[in-house]
Amino acid sequence: MKELISKKVDKMQPSGIRAFFDLVLGMKDVISLGVGEPDFVTPWPIREAGIYSLEQGFTSYTSNKGLYKLRLGLSRYLEIRHGLKYSPDDEMLITVGVSEGLDLALRAVINPGDKVLIPIPSYVSYGPVTELAGGVPIYIDTRPDGFKLTTKTLKKYLEKKPKAIILNYPTNPTGVSYTRKELSEFNKILLKHKVLCIVDEVYGDLTYDFEHTPFATLPGARNNTVYLDGFSKSYAMTGWRIGFACGPKEIIAAMTKIHQYTIMCVPITSQMAACEALVSGRKSVEEMKREYKRRRELVVSGLNDLGLICSKPEGAFYAFPSLKKIGMKSMQFSKELLQKQKVAVVPGTAFGCDYDDYIRISYASSLENLKEALSRMREFLKGI
Amino acid sequence: MDEILEVLEKDSRITPEEIAKMLRKKPAAIKEAIRKFEKEGVILKYKTVINKDILKQEEPTVRALIEVNIIPQKDLGFERIAERIYSFPEVTSCYLISGTYDLLVVVEGKNLQTVSSFVAEKLSCLENVRGTATHFMLKKYKEDGVILRHKEENKRIAISY
Repeated sequence: MKELISKKVDKMQPSGIRAFFDLVLGMKDVISLGVGEPDFVTPWPIREAGIYSLEQGFTSYTSNKGLYKLRLGLSRYLEIRHGLKYSPDDEMLITVGVSEGLDLALRAVINPGDKVLIPIPSYVSYGPVTELAGGVPIYIDTRPDGFKLTTKTLKKYLEKKPKAIILNYPTNPTGVSYTRKELSEFNKILLKHKVLCIVDEVYGDLTYDFEHTPFATLPGARNNTVYLDGFSKSYAMTGWRIGFACGPKEIIAAMTKIHQYTIMCVPITSQMAACEALVSGRKSVEEMKREYKRRRELVVSGLNDLGLICSKPEGAFYAFPSLKKIGMKSMQFSKELLQKQKVAVVPGTAFGCDYDDYIRISYASSLENLKEALSRMREFLKGI
Repeated sequence: MDEILEVLEKDSRITPEEIAKMLRKKPAAIKEAIRKFEKEGVILKYKTVINKDILKQEEPTVRALIEVNIIPQKDLGFERIAERIYSFPEVTSCYLISGTYDLLVVVEGKNLQTVSSFVAEKLSCLENVRGTATHFMLKKYKEDGVILRHKEENKRIAISY
Protein backbone atom coordinates (compact mmCIF):
# COMPACT_ATOMS: atom_id res chain seq x y z
CA MET A 1 0.00 0.00 0.00
CA LYS A 2 2.87 2.32 0.82
CA GLU A 3 3.62 2.99 -2.84
CA LEU A 4 0.22 4.66 -3.08
CA ILE A 5 1.19 7.36 -0.62
CA SER A 6 2.69 10.50 -2.08
CA LYS A 7 6.42 10.80 -1.54
CA LYS A 8 6.01 14.18 0.10
CA VAL A 9 3.58 12.88 2.69
CA ASP A 10 5.44 9.65 3.18
CA LYS A 11 8.55 11.65 4.01
CA MET A 12 6.77 13.66 6.68
CA GLN A 13 7.72 12.57 10.16
CA PRO A 14 4.72 11.40 12.15
CA SER A 15 4.73 12.96 15.60
CA GLY A 16 7.03 10.84 17.74
CA ILE A 17 4.87 11.15 20.79
CA ARG A 18 1.64 9.80 19.33
CA ALA A 19 2.15 6.67 21.45
CA PHE A 20 2.37 8.78 24.59
CA PHE A 21 -0.80 10.65 23.64
CA ASP A 22 -2.55 7.30 23.18
CA LEU A 23 -1.34 6.20 26.60
CA VAL A 24 -2.87 9.32 28.18
CA LEU A 25 -6.12 8.91 26.30
CA GLY A 26 -6.39 5.30 27.44
CA MET A 27 -6.11 6.15 31.13
CA LYS A 28 -8.90 7.14 33.47
CA ASP A 29 -9.01 9.80 36.20
CA VAL A 30 -5.99 11.63 34.90
CA ILE A 31 -5.44 15.25 35.85
CA SER A 32 -4.35 16.70 32.58
CA LEU A 33 -1.99 19.61 32.27
CA GLY A 34 -1.52 18.58 28.68
CA VAL A 35 -4.39 20.33 27.05
CA GLY A 36 -3.92 23.00 24.40
CA GLU A 37 -7.32 24.59 24.73
CA PRO A 38 -9.24 26.63 27.31
CA ASP A 39 -10.99 24.70 30.08
CA PHE A 40 -13.95 27.06 29.83
CA VAL A 41 -16.95 26.12 27.75
CA THR A 42 -17.87 28.65 25.05
CA PRO A 43 -19.84 31.42 26.84
CA TRP A 44 -23.56 30.70 26.70
CA PRO A 45 -24.67 33.74 24.63
CA ILE A 46 -22.31 32.57 21.87
CA ARG A 47 -23.55 28.97 22.04
CA GLU A 48 -27.10 30.25 22.08
CA ALA A 49 -26.49 32.30 18.93
CA GLY A 50 -25.26 29.14 17.19
CA ILE A 51 -28.36 27.22 18.26
CA TYR A 52 -30.64 30.07 17.23
CA SER A 53 -29.06 30.26 13.80
CA LEU A 54 -29.88 26.57 13.31
CA GLU A 55 -33.46 27.13 14.46
CA GLN A 56 -33.75 29.94 11.97
CA GLY A 57 -32.63 27.60 9.23
CA PHE A 58 -29.21 29.09 8.54
CA THR A 59 -27.77 25.91 7.10
CA SER A 60 -26.43 27.05 3.74
CA TYR A 61 -23.05 27.93 2.27
CA THR A 62 -21.84 31.45 2.82
CA SER A 63 -19.67 33.61 0.59
CA ASN A 64 -16.20 32.07 0.25
CA LYS A 65 -14.71 34.92 2.22
CA GLY A 66 -17.18 34.39 5.05
CA LEU A 67 -20.37 36.18 6.07
CA TYR A 68 -20.13 39.87 5.29
CA LYS A 69 -21.70 40.61 8.67
CA LEU A 70 -18.85 38.81 10.40
CA ARG A 71 -16.12 40.45 8.32
CA LEU A 72 -17.66 43.85 8.94
CA GLY A 73 -17.92 43.17 12.67
CA LEU A 74 -14.31 42.02 12.78
CA SER A 75 -13.13 44.97 10.77
CA ARG A 76 -14.82 47.37 13.19
CA TYR A 77 -13.57 45.47 16.19
CA LEU A 78 -9.95 45.51 14.98
CA GLU A 79 -10.14 49.20 14.28
CA ILE A 80 -11.62 50.10 17.67
CA ARG A 81 -9.41 47.78 19.66
CA HIS A 82 -6.11 48.05 17.83
CA GLY A 83 -6.50 50.90 15.35
CA LEU A 84 -6.04 48.33 12.57
CA LYS A 85 -7.84 49.11 9.32
CA TYR A 86 -8.75 46.13 7.15
CA SER A 87 -11.49 46.37 4.57
CA PRO A 88 -14.15 43.69 5.01
CA ASP A 89 -14.49 43.61 1.21
CA ASP A 90 -11.09 42.39 0.12
CA GLU A 91 -8.60 42.34 2.98
CA MET A 92 -10.15 39.68 5.21
CA LEU A 93 -10.95 36.00 4.98
CA ILE A 94 -12.78 33.81 7.49
CA THR A 95 -10.85 30.54 7.90
CA VAL A 96 -11.21 27.17 9.61
CA GLY A 97 -9.14 28.23 12.58
CA VAL A 98 -5.68 29.72 12.38
CA SER A 99 -4.50 26.32 11.15
CA GLU A 100 -6.20 26.81 7.79
CA GLY A 101 -5.14 30.45 7.64
CA LEU A 102 -1.51 29.44 8.07
CA ASP A 103 -1.75 26.75 5.40
CA LEU A 104 -3.38 29.19 2.97
CA ALA A 105 -0.86 31.94 3.64
CA LEU A 106 2.06 29.61 3.00
CA ARG A 107 0.55 28.04 -0.10
CA ALA A 108 -0.32 31.48 -1.43
CA VAL A 109 3.22 32.84 -1.25
CA ILE A 110 5.66 29.92 -1.36
CA ASN A 111 7.35 28.76 -4.55
CA PRO A 112 9.17 25.43 -4.48
CA GLY A 113 12.34 25.77 -2.45
CA ASP A 114 11.46 29.10 -0.81
CA LYS A 115 12.84 29.30 2.69
CA VAL A 116 10.66 30.03 5.70
CA LEU A 117 12.08 30.97 9.09
CA ILE A 118 10.44 29.30 12.08
CA PRO A 119 11.57 30.20 15.59
CA ILE A 120 11.37 27.06 17.73
CA PRO A 121 10.09 25.49 19.91
CA SER A 122 6.87 26.22 18.09
CA TYR A 123 3.41 24.89 17.54
CA VAL A 124 3.79 21.52 15.85
CA SER A 125 2.25 22.33 12.47
CA TYR A 126 4.50 25.14 11.23
CA GLY A 127 7.26 22.97 9.79
CA PRO A 128 5.12 20.25 8.17
CA VAL A 129 2.70 22.79 6.64
CA THR A 130 5.64 24.73 5.19
CA GLU A 131 6.95 21.54 3.63
CA LEU A 132 3.55 20.62 2.22
CA ALA A 133 3.46 24.06 0.60
CA GLY A 134 6.79 23.24 -1.08
CA GLY A 135 8.84 25.48 1.18
CA VAL A 136 11.94 24.72 3.17
CA PRO A 137 11.60 25.38 6.89
CA ILE A 138 14.64 26.92 8.55
CA TYR A 139 14.39 26.51 12.29
CA ILE A 140 15.73 29.11 14.66
CA ASP A 141 16.46 27.60 18.06
CA THR A 142 15.52 30.27 20.61
CA ARG A 143 16.69 28.30 23.64
CA PRO A 144 20.01 30.14 24.10
CA ASP A 145 18.11 33.40 24.62
CA GLY A 146 15.49 32.13 27.03
CA PHE A 147 13.19 31.06 24.19
CA LYS A 148 13.08 34.59 22.84
CA LEU A 149 13.95 35.51 19.31
CA THR A 150 16.49 38.33 19.31
CA THR A 151 17.34 40.82 16.58
CA LYS A 152 20.88 39.49 16.56
CA THR A 153 19.75 35.95 15.82
CA LEU A 154 17.19 37.14 13.33
CA LYS A 155 19.80 39.12 11.43
CA LYS A 156 22.04 36.08 11.25
CA TYR A 157 19.26 33.93 9.78
CA LEU A 158 18.28 36.57 7.26
CA GLU A 159 21.54 35.84 5.52
CA LYS A 160 19.91 32.61 4.36
CA LYS A 161 17.57 34.76 2.25
CA PRO A 162 14.21 33.49 3.49
CA LYS A 163 10.99 34.55 1.82
CA ALA A 164 8.93 34.61 5.00
CA ILE A 165 8.98 34.13 8.74
CA ILE A 166 6.26 32.58 10.89
CA LEU A 167 6.00 34.48 14.15
CA ASN A 168 3.74 33.28 16.93
CA TYR A 169 3.32 35.30 20.10
CA PRO A 170 2.34 34.66 22.82
CA THR A 171 4.06 31.42 21.93
CA ASN A 172 2.84 27.87 22.22
CA PRO A 173 4.59 26.02 23.98
CA THR A 174 6.68 28.54 25.96
CA GLY A 175 4.26 31.37 26.71
CA VAL A 176 6.92 33.86 25.57
CA SER A 177 5.71 37.12 24.09
CA TYR A 178 7.23 40.33 22.80
CA THR A 179 6.83 43.98 23.68
CA ARG A 180 6.07 46.60 21.08
CA LYS A 181 9.68 47.73 21.19
CA GLU A 182 11.04 44.25 20.51
CA LEU A 183 8.56 43.73 17.67
CA SER A 184 9.44 47.11 16.15
CA GLU A 185 13.03 46.01 15.85
CA PHE A 186 12.01 42.77 14.11
CA ASN A 187 9.74 44.73 11.81
CA LYS A 188 12.44 47.16 10.71
CA ILE A 189 14.80 44.32 9.82
CA LEU A 190 12.12 42.28 8.04
CA LEU A 191 11.05 45.29 5.98
CA LYS A 192 14.62 46.04 5.07
CA HIS A 193 15.24 42.47 3.90
CA LYS A 194 11.79 42.17 2.30
CA VAL A 195 10.81 39.12 4.34
CA LEU A 196 7.08 38.56 4.65
CA CYS A 197 5.81 38.20 8.21
CA ILE A 198 3.12 35.60 8.79
CA VAL A 199 1.90 36.08 12.36
CA ASP A 200 -0.16 33.70 14.42
CA GLU A 201 -1.63 35.86 17.19
CA VAL A 202 -4.27 33.44 18.38
CA TYR A 203 -3.15 33.87 22.02
CA GLY A 204 -2.96 37.67 21.70
CA ASP A 205 -5.84 38.30 24.07
CA LEU A 206 -4.07 36.26 26.72
CA THR A 207 -1.12 38.58 27.31
CA TYR A 208 -0.61 39.36 30.98
CA ASP A 209 2.25 41.74 31.69
CA PHE A 210 1.93 44.25 28.88
CA GLU A 211 -0.42 45.13 26.05
CA HIS A 212 -0.39 42.75 23.13
CA THR A 213 0.86 44.48 19.97
CA PRO A 214 -0.58 43.14 16.73
CA PHE A 215 2.33 43.00 14.31
CA ALA A 216 0.40 44.80 11.59
CA THR A 217 0.09 47.91 13.78
CA LEU A 218 3.83 48.56 13.57
CA PRO A 219 4.95 51.33 11.20
CA GLY A 220 5.01 50.08 7.63
CA ALA A 221 4.21 46.50 8.65
CA ARG A 222 0.67 46.29 7.36
CA ASN A 223 1.62 45.60 3.75
CA ASN A 224 4.24 43.08 4.77
CA THR A 225 2.13 41.06 7.19
CA VAL A 226 -0.40 38.26 6.99
CA TYR A 227 -2.22 38.56 10.27
CA LEU A 228 -3.80 35.31 11.50
CA ASP A 229 -6.06 35.14 14.50
CA GLY A 230 -9.10 33.28 15.67
CA PHE A 231 -11.84 32.81 18.19
CA SER A 232 -10.53 29.55 19.68
CA LYS A 233 -8.51 30.74 22.62
CA SER A 234 -10.05 34.14 23.38
CA TYR A 235 -13.64 32.95 23.35
CA ALA A 236 -13.05 29.28 24.22
CA MET A 237 -14.32 28.25 20.78
CA THR A 238 -11.73 25.65 19.71
CA GLY A 239 -14.28 23.09 18.50
CA TRP A 240 -16.10 25.61 16.32
CA ARG A 241 -13.01 25.82 14.10
CA ILE A 242 -13.15 29.48 13.22
CA GLY A 243 -10.44 32.01 12.64
CA PHE A 244 -9.59 34.80 10.25
CA ALA A 245 -6.82 36.13 8.08
CA CYS A 246 -6.15 39.79 7.31
CA GLY A 247 -3.57 41.16 4.93
CA PRO A 248 -2.79 43.04 1.75
CA LYS A 249 -5.57 42.41 -0.74
CA GLU A 250 -3.37 40.61 -3.26
CA ILE A 251 -2.35 38.00 -0.69
CA ILE A 252 -5.90 37.66 0.68
CA ALA A 253 -7.16 37.20 -2.90
CA ALA A 254 -4.59 34.45 -3.49
CA MET A 255 -5.50 32.77 -0.20
CA THR A 256 -9.20 33.03 -1.03
CA LYS A 257 -8.56 31.26 -4.35
CA ILE A 258 -7.16 28.21 -2.53
CA HIS A 259 -9.80 28.41 0.19
CA GLN A 260 -12.67 28.45 -2.31
CA TYR A 261 -11.51 25.23 -3.96
CA THR A 262 -10.52 23.35 -0.83
CA ILE A 263 -12.80 24.47 1.98
CA MET A 264 -15.42 26.55 0.16
CA CYS A 265 -16.47 28.29 3.36
CA VAL A 266 -16.43 27.98 7.14
CA PRO A 267 -19.57 26.31 8.54
CA ILE A 268 -22.28 28.93 8.82
CA THR A 269 -23.19 27.97 12.41
CA SER A 270 -19.68 28.81 13.55
CA GLN A 271 -19.76 32.10 11.67
CA MET A 272 -23.08 33.09 13.21
CA ALA A 273 -21.79 32.23 16.68
CA ALA A 274 -18.62 34.23 16.04
CA CYS A 275 -20.73 37.29 15.17
CA GLU A 276 -22.24 37.04 18.64
CA ALA A 277 -18.80 36.59 20.21
CA LEU A 278 -17.82 39.99 18.84
CA VAL A 279 -20.95 41.57 20.29
CA SER A 280 -21.16 40.05 23.75
CA GLY A 281 -17.97 38.10 24.30
CA ARG A 282 -15.52 40.76 25.47
CA LYS A 283 -16.57 40.62 29.10
CA SER A 284 -15.95 36.88 29.19
CA VAL A 285 -12.54 37.36 27.58
CA GLU A 286 -11.49 39.79 30.29
CA GLU A 287 -12.75 37.47 33.04
CA MET A 288 -10.94 34.47 31.57
CA LYS A 289 -7.77 36.48 31.22
CA ARG A 290 -7.78 37.50 34.89
CA GLU A 291 -8.41 33.90 35.87
CA TYR A 292 -5.52 32.59 33.72
CA LYS A 293 -3.22 35.23 35.10
CA ARG A 294 -3.90 34.12 38.68
CA ARG A 295 -3.38 30.48 37.73
CA ARG A 296 -0.13 31.39 36.03
CA GLU A 297 1.27 32.89 39.22
CA LEU A 298 0.28 29.85 41.24
CA VAL A 299 1.63 27.33 38.72
CA VAL A 300 4.89 29.09 37.92
CA SER A 301 5.82 29.58 41.56
CA GLY A 302 4.68 26.02 42.31
CA LEU A 303 6.84 24.58 39.53
CA ASN A 304 9.90 26.57 40.53
CA ASP A 305 9.46 25.44 44.14
CA LEU A 306 9.55 21.87 42.87
CA GLY A 307 12.79 22.47 41.03
CA LEU A 308 11.07 22.53 37.66
CA ILE A 309 12.67 25.80 36.71
CA CYS A 310 10.81 28.07 34.35
CA SER A 311 10.70 31.75 33.65
CA LYS A 312 7.39 33.48 33.85
CA PRO A 313 5.40 33.09 30.64
CA GLU A 314 4.07 36.43 29.42
CA GLY A 315 1.04 35.01 27.68
CA ALA A 316 -1.00 32.02 26.49
CA PHE A 317 -1.62 29.36 29.14
CA TYR A 318 1.60 27.40 29.03
CA ALA A 319 4.72 27.06 31.12
CA PHE A 320 7.76 25.30 29.70
CA PRO A 321 9.86 24.21 32.67
CA SER A 322 13.28 22.62 32.45
CA LEU A 323 13.98 19.14 33.78
CA LYS A 324 17.72 19.71 34.04
CA LYS A 325 17.68 19.97 37.82
CA ILE A 326 15.61 16.80 38.06
CA GLY A 327 17.95 14.96 35.74
CA MET A 328 15.31 13.18 33.68
CA LYS A 329 14.46 13.25 30.00
CA SER A 330 11.06 14.51 28.98
CA MET A 331 9.46 11.29 27.78
CA GLN A 332 10.58 9.25 30.76
CA PHE A 333 9.46 12.00 33.14
CA SER A 334 6.07 12.34 31.45
CA LYS A 335 5.45 8.59 31.30
CA GLU A 336 6.40 7.94 34.91
CA LEU A 337 4.47 10.96 36.17
CA LEU A 338 1.44 9.68 34.30
CA GLN A 339 1.76 6.11 35.53
CA LYS A 340 2.65 6.87 39.13
CA GLN A 341 0.60 9.98 39.85
CA LYS A 342 -1.85 10.19 36.96
CA VAL A 343 -0.81 13.67 35.91
CA ALA A 344 -0.44 14.28 32.18
CA VAL A 345 1.98 16.80 30.69
CA VAL A 346 3.36 17.12 27.16
CA PRO A 347 6.99 16.00 26.77
CA GLY A 348 9.22 18.66 25.23
CA THR A 349 10.14 16.30 22.39
CA ALA A 350 6.65 16.91 21.00
CA PHE A 351 8.02 20.28 19.92
CA GLY A 352 11.28 18.99 18.48
CA CYS A 353 13.98 16.54 19.52
CA ASP A 354 16.05 19.41 20.93
CA TYR A 355 13.61 19.97 23.77
CA ASP A 356 14.06 16.71 25.59
CA ASP A 357 14.95 18.59 28.78
CA TYR A 358 11.59 20.35 28.96
CA ILE A 359 7.92 19.64 29.45
CA ARG A 360 4.92 21.76 28.54
CA ILE A 361 2.47 22.43 31.32
CA SER A 362 -0.89 23.90 30.44
CA TYR A 363 -2.62 25.88 33.16
CA ALA A 364 -5.91 25.87 31.32
CA SER A 365 -7.33 23.74 34.10
CA SER A 366 -9.33 24.56 37.22
CA LEU A 367 -7.52 25.95 40.24
CA GLU A 368 -8.53 22.85 42.15
CA ASN A 369 -6.93 20.59 39.52
CA LEU A 370 -3.80 22.69 39.34
CA LYS A 371 -3.29 22.55 43.10
CA GLU A 372 -3.87 18.80 43.13
CA ALA A 373 -1.55 18.28 40.18
CA LEU A 374 1.22 20.28 41.85
CA SER A 375 0.91 18.26 45.02
CA ARG A 376 0.99 15.00 43.05
CA MET A 377 4.10 16.21 41.24
CA ARG A 378 5.68 16.93 44.59
CA GLU A 379 4.96 13.34 45.64
CA PHE A 380 6.35 12.05 42.37
CA LEU A 381 9.57 14.01 42.71
CA LYS A 382 10.08 12.73 46.25
CA GLY A 383 10.18 9.23 44.85
CA ILE A 384 12.99 9.76 42.37
CA MET B 1 -14.29 44.68 42.78
CA ASP B 2 -11.05 43.92 44.54
CA GLU B 3 -9.38 40.85 43.03
CA ILE B 4 -9.08 39.22 46.46
CA LEU B 5 -12.87 39.31 46.67
CA GLU B 6 -13.19 37.97 43.14
CA VAL B 7 -11.06 34.96 44.11
CA LEU B 8 -12.81 34.37 47.43
CA GLU B 9 -16.26 34.69 45.93
CA LYS B 10 -15.44 31.74 43.66
CA ASP B 11 -13.81 29.63 46.36
CA SER B 12 -13.84 30.73 49.98
CA ARG B 13 -11.60 27.85 51.05
CA ILE B 14 -8.60 29.20 49.20
CA THR B 15 -5.87 30.19 51.64
CA PRO B 16 -4.34 33.67 52.00
CA GLU B 17 -1.00 32.10 51.03
CA GLU B 18 -2.45 30.84 47.77
CA ILE B 19 -4.10 34.16 47.02
CA ALA B 20 -0.78 35.86 47.77
CA LYS B 21 0.92 33.70 45.16
CA MET B 22 -1.79 34.29 42.58
CA LEU B 23 -1.81 38.06 43.01
CA ARG B 24 1.94 38.37 43.65
CA LYS B 25 1.52 39.97 47.05
CA LYS B 26 2.75 39.15 50.52
CA PRO B 27 0.58 36.69 52.51
CA ALA B 28 0.52 39.19 55.39
CA ALA B 29 -0.90 41.86 53.09
CA ILE B 30 -3.64 39.49 51.91
CA LYS B 31 -4.50 38.48 55.48
CA GLU B 32 -4.68 42.12 56.47
CA ALA B 33 -6.91 42.99 53.50
CA ILE B 34 -9.25 40.11 54.32
CA ARG B 35 -9.40 41.15 57.96
CA LYS B 36 -10.32 44.65 56.82
CA PHE B 37 -13.04 43.37 54.51
CA GLU B 38 -14.44 41.30 57.37
CA LYS B 39 -14.31 44.22 59.78
CA GLU B 40 -16.02 46.57 57.35
CA GLY B 41 -18.66 43.98 56.69
CA VAL B 42 -17.71 43.64 53.03
CA ILE B 43 -17.11 39.97 53.73
CA LEU B 44 -20.00 38.87 55.90
CA LYS B 45 -19.69 35.13 56.03
CA TYR B 46 -18.08 32.06 54.45
CA LYS B 47 -20.55 29.45 53.30
CA THR B 48 -20.77 26.13 51.50
CA VAL B 49 -23.18 25.59 48.66
CA ILE B 50 -25.00 22.32 49.29
CA ASN B 51 -27.25 20.64 46.78
CA LYS B 52 -29.92 19.47 49.19
CA ASP B 53 -31.93 17.85 46.43
CA ILE B 54 -29.52 14.95 46.23
CA LEU B 55 -28.97 14.73 49.95
CA LYS B 56 -30.78 11.59 51.14
CA GLN B 57 -32.67 13.25 53.93
CA GLU B 58 -35.59 11.68 55.72
CA GLU B 59 -37.46 14.93 55.58
CA PRO B 60 -36.64 17.22 52.69
CA THR B 61 -37.30 20.86 53.31
CA VAL B 62 -39.89 22.93 51.53
CA ARG B 63 -39.30 26.43 50.27
CA ALA B 64 -41.76 29.11 49.33
CA LEU B 65 -41.50 32.54 47.79
CA ILE B 66 -44.00 34.83 49.40
CA GLU B 67 -45.09 38.15 47.98
CA VAL B 68 -46.05 40.46 50.79
CA ASN B 69 -48.02 43.65 50.47
CA ILE B 70 -47.34 46.17 53.18
CA ILE B 71 -48.70 49.48 54.43
CA PRO B 72 -45.59 51.58 55.04
CA GLN B 73 -45.26 53.31 58.39
CA LYS B 74 -44.84 57.00 58.83
CA ASP B 75 -41.15 58.00 59.11
CA LEU B 76 -40.02 54.39 59.03
CA GLY B 77 -41.27 53.32 55.60
CA PHE B 78 -40.79 49.62 55.16
CA GLU B 79 -37.79 49.19 57.45
CA ARG B 80 -39.52 48.39 60.70
CA ILE B 81 -41.99 45.92 59.27
CA ALA B 82 -39.29 44.30 57.13
CA GLU B 83 -37.22 43.78 60.24
CA ARG B 84 -40.13 42.15 62.02
CA ILE B 85 -40.48 39.76 59.11
CA TYR B 86 -36.86 38.89 58.42
CA SER B 87 -36.15 38.26 62.08
CA PHE B 88 -38.20 35.05 61.96
CA PRO B 89 -35.77 32.13 61.62
CA GLU B 90 -38.02 30.57 58.99
CA VAL B 91 -37.21 33.47 56.66
CA THR B 92 -34.06 32.73 54.68
CA SER B 93 -34.13 35.79 52.40
CA CYS B 94 -36.08 39.02 52.33
CA TYR B 95 -36.04 41.69 49.63
CA LEU B 96 -37.84 45.02 49.15
CA ILE B 97 -38.86 45.20 45.52
CA SER B 98 -40.69 47.48 43.12
CA GLY B 99 -43.88 46.41 41.38
CA THR B 100 -47.22 45.09 42.50
CA TYR B 101 -46.09 44.05 45.95
CA ASP B 102 -43.44 45.22 48.41
CA LEU B 103 -41.47 42.44 50.03
CA LEU B 104 -40.33 39.18 48.54
CA VAL B 105 -39.78 36.75 51.38
CA VAL B 106 -38.21 33.32 51.07
CA VAL B 107 -39.38 30.90 53.73
CA GLU B 108 -38.05 27.44 54.46
CA GLY B 109 -39.84 24.77 56.46
CA LYS B 110 -40.03 21.06 57.05
CA ASN B 111 -43.14 20.57 54.95
CA LEU B 112 -46.07 22.34 53.33
CA GLN B 113 -47.83 22.42 56.66
CA THR B 114 -45.10 24.28 58.53
CA VAL B 115 -44.72 26.87 55.80
CA SER B 116 -48.48 27.35 55.51
CA SER B 117 -48.92 27.79 59.21
CA PHE B 118 -46.04 30.25 59.32
CA VAL B 119 -47.75 32.33 56.65
CA ALA B 120 -51.18 32.05 58.24
CA GLU B 121 -50.22 32.45 61.87
CA LYS B 122 -47.15 34.67 61.81
CA LEU B 123 -46.84 36.58 58.59
CA SER B 124 -50.37 37.45 57.48
CA CYS B 125 -51.53 38.59 60.88
CA LEU B 126 -48.77 41.13 61.38
CA GLU B 127 -50.25 44.59 61.45
CA ASN B 128 -49.36 46.55 58.29
CA VAL B 129 -49.29 43.35 56.23
CA ARG B 130 -52.06 43.89 53.74
CA GLY B 131 -51.88 40.59 51.95
CA THR B 132 -49.68 37.70 50.87
CA ALA B 133 -49.37 35.33 47.95
CA THR B 134 -47.40 32.12 48.52
CA HIS B 135 -45.58 30.25 45.76
CA PHE B 136 -44.15 26.89 46.71
CA MET B 137 -40.89 26.11 45.01
CA LEU B 138 -40.84 22.91 42.98
CA LYS B 139 -37.29 22.68 41.75
CA LYS B 140 -34.09 24.66 42.05
CA TYR B 141 -32.03 24.89 38.89
CA LYS B 142 -29.59 27.65 39.68
CA GLU B 143 -28.92 29.65 42.82
CA ASP B 144 -26.62 32.64 43.23
CA GLY B 145 -24.81 31.83 40.01
CA VAL B 146 -24.34 28.16 40.85
CA ILE B 147 -26.04 25.61 38.62
CA LEU B 148 -27.27 22.86 40.89
CA ARG B 149 -26.35 19.59 39.30
CA HIS B 150 -23.61 17.02 39.42
CA LYS B 151 -20.23 18.19 38.32
CA GLU B 152 -20.05 17.98 34.60
CA GLU B 153 -17.61 15.52 33.19
CA ASN B 154 -14.73 16.98 31.29
CA LYS B 155 -15.49 16.99 27.59
CA ARG B 156 -12.02 17.97 26.41
CA ILE B 157 -9.65 15.33 25.15
CA ALA B 158 -7.01 14.80 27.82
CA ILE B 159 -4.05 15.85 25.74
CA SER B 160 -3.57 18.05 22.69
CA TYR B 161 -1.11 20.53 21.24
